Amino acid sequence: MASILAVDDSASMRQMVTFTLKGAGYDVTEAKDGMEALQIAKSNSYNLVITDINMPNMDGITLTKELRSLPTYKFTPILTLTTESSADKKMAGKQAGATGWIVKPFNPDQLLATVKKVLG
Amino acid sequence: MAQFHQTFFEESFEGLDIMENELLNLDVGNADNESINTIFRSAHSIKGGSGTFGFTAIAEFTHVAETLLDEMRDGVRQVDQVSVDLLLKSVDVMRDMLTVYKDGGDMDADNIAAVQTELENLLGAGGSSTSADDSGSTTENTASAGWIISFKPHVEMLRTGNDPIRMLHALSELGEIEVVADISELPTFADFNPEDSFISWEITLTGDIKKEDVTEVFDWVEDECDLDIKPIASESESPAFESSETTPADVEASSTKQPAAKQAAAKKGGGESASIRVGIDKVDEIINLVGELVITQSMLGQIGGEIGSDADHNSNRMEKLLEGLAQLERNTREIQESVMRIRMLPISFVFSRVPRLVHDLSGKLNKKVELVTLGESTELDKTVMEKIGDPMVHLVRNALDHGIETPEQRLEAGKPETGTLTLNAYHKGGSIVIEITDDGAGVNKERVLNKARANGLVGENEVLSDDAINDLIFNPGLSTAETLSDVSGRGVGMDVVRKNIKSLGGSVRVDSVEGKGSVFTIQLPLTLAILDGQLVKVAEETFVVPLVSIIESIQVKAENLNGIAGKADLYKLRDEYIPVIRADHVFGMSNSQASLNDRLMVVVEGDGKKAGIIVDDLLAQQQVVIKSLETNYQRVDGLSGATILGDGTVALILDIAGIIDMFKEKSAPVPPAPKGNGTDSDIADEAA
Repeated sequence: MASILAVDDSASMRQMVTFTLKGAGYDVTEAKDGMEALQIAKSNSYNLVITDINMPNMDGITLTKELRSLPTYKFTPILTLTTESSADKKMAGKQAGATGWIVKPFNPDQLLATVKKVLG
Repeated sequence: MAQFHQTFFEESFEGLDIMENELLNLDVGNADNESINTIFRSAHSIKGGSGTFGFTAIAEFTHVAETLLDEMRDGVRQVDQVSVDLLLKSVDVMRDMLTVYKDGGDMDADNIAAVQTELENLLGAGGSSTSADDSGSTTENTASAGWIISFKPHVEMLRTGNDPIRMLHALSELGEIEVVADISELPTFADFNPEDSFISWEITLTGDIKKEDVTEVFDWVEDECDLDIKPIASESESPAFESSETTPADVEASSTKQPAAKQAAAKKGGGESASIRVGIDKVDEIINLVGELVITQSMLGQIGGEIGSDADHNSNRMEKLLEGLAQLERNTREIQESVMRIRMLPISFVFSRVPRLVHDLSGKLNKKVELVTLGESTELDKTVMEKIGDPMVHLVRNALDHGIETPEQRLEAGKPETGTLTLNAYHKGGSIVIEITDDGAGVNKERVLNKARANGLVGENEVLSDDAINDLIFNPGLSTAETLSDVSGRGVGMDVVRKNIKSLGGSVRVDSVEGKGSVFTIQLPLTLAILDGQLVKVAEETFVVPLVSIIESIQVKAENLNGIAGKADLYKLRDEYIPVIRADHVFGMSNSQASLNDRLMVVVEGDGKKAGIIVDDLLAQQQVVIKSLETNYQRVDGLSGATILGDGTVALILDIAGIIDMFKEKSAPVPPAPKGNGTDSDIADEAA
């Protein structure tokens, strides 16, 4: 089954994302900020990365840029979690190389639908 | 979703604490970017989470506060005191809202609206309204017989992880699809780069399909492709949807219009954490059971000891049994201690309320105050913690309002302009001591004494020690009214502070030097669940006297006894007179007027007052588990609870301060027993 790296500094969001995706049979690894995610990503490979944008240590935009610069993650789908109001954040994510975004707030069904869309 | 709420509340309260802390430490006018970022991030997380978990009111409110923070972060807005104060207010509002969501209750809608309006005003008339963009109800029910889509990915589209084939696949799920690939741009094999995208597609999608469903497929790549979506030319064509442009609004509208939430399928969760949250009721249940265990254990120990002493015929097995019992006792003790520790929390939970208070109050009072906190990791029982917050806050208020002077007054008195308020906590025996120290003006003894005299609390010619004068400020009739202000004059006086602390089995005192400052010292038991007690025998019943309130135990000497005609006995203990309380009388167990000579008297102190309690015998000292009388029966004056002893009998625990009060009422009007030097003329005369 596809493996997913879920990055968010908020524990409740991580819990929710993990719970939903694991429930659908995906293999989920959590990271609490960009720095941790990058480290984990370097020693593993994932079919999809879902990352929050505003995080301490390393934000989601920087993480996306860093991941894209790694050969392993050149084409890996990366989704940013972004709030409705920040249209420019979606764009910043895209410019950094993100595949797309999931708009917060989202419910488990929406998350799953989006992930399925990307992973097929 | 509900299973994530607990975590959400926890992290959001933490987030609010972070915001508050950072806001308080913000160097107004020269704010540190990282701090603003941290504050913003916390607000942002709370907004995101509250939206996700359905707490829309918080999400909406936080959005406005976040907008203000965003402007600060982008350097568009100065970080000034007004906005910082407003943000602090917003933190309060958010905390209240969270609490309501968590524990139930009513939102203070007026206050929320008021603060939100303040925020919006600050943001300017154009303050982006909260829900304008997320309720985008552009229900564009534009359907046609189908769509003709021209899709030409830019060369670099693959590099964002977007696969054109995925989009074709998604479209195929919407209706009947016919795809024509245009490979005219495909380079020769020599120039071919597999990381680039060269093919474009002309897609005919037929069926009753909404346009937004089509645009949604491409919403992530609108900037990475040339896209043209046209309805299939048909009779249903209308000018209304000639436009084939995908606007961000369309995208957003569609992405939020997903079906309502259903339960996520599987039951396996993935929470990892170094701590777990359990309901306090579960912990209390364990504590209760451990209490029972302690009783059972001490019962076994007692029986074991009794059998052991007269059973030497079987001594080998007996020895083993006694060893086992001794081990049981150790284990039980350890379990009890560990369980008690579960309920212990660091005092920082209470101390953390103070910086904000100091910030707000010093601003309001135009005083400069530096706050120093020490011993923040000192632990105490959660129940005690919850109850000590208010009295402590009151003392801090009092210190800021009445203690620390204005900068001008301080300079005049040769003190540094900025006053210092120190909070210190430490363990002392089985108690926790909290000191609240200020370097302010101290208690004005003359004014307090005059006031007390005017109120008849102190006789005209009565001479009081400094301690006794200081202690007067805890008297209900004594509020130095001329300094009453909206800060501490909230109808809650020092007497209430003392009463509340007393109800926790603690005490509060003040030491003060005029012109130098004051120290308020609160002493509290570490826990309300167990107690070190002295067992005493009164008329065949066993009672427990809390060890902390015992000063000494003596044998009564008749020559030191002074009966006040028909009322109470006073006992001359060295150079002071203390009332003598006959416990058997107080609890109606006997009315014996037998001489007190040679009887045992336990000298106790409760609430700053001393008394001697006459008992028949002093038994063991032991730790007892407190059982509430209120829960199991009803409140009884003079008793603070009950416990079960090793032999299974119930022993009542004396409420020392309560007994002294009861006794005073019964034998009133006895002149107040003089504290300290005992120079009170009335009593001295009687005694002579």
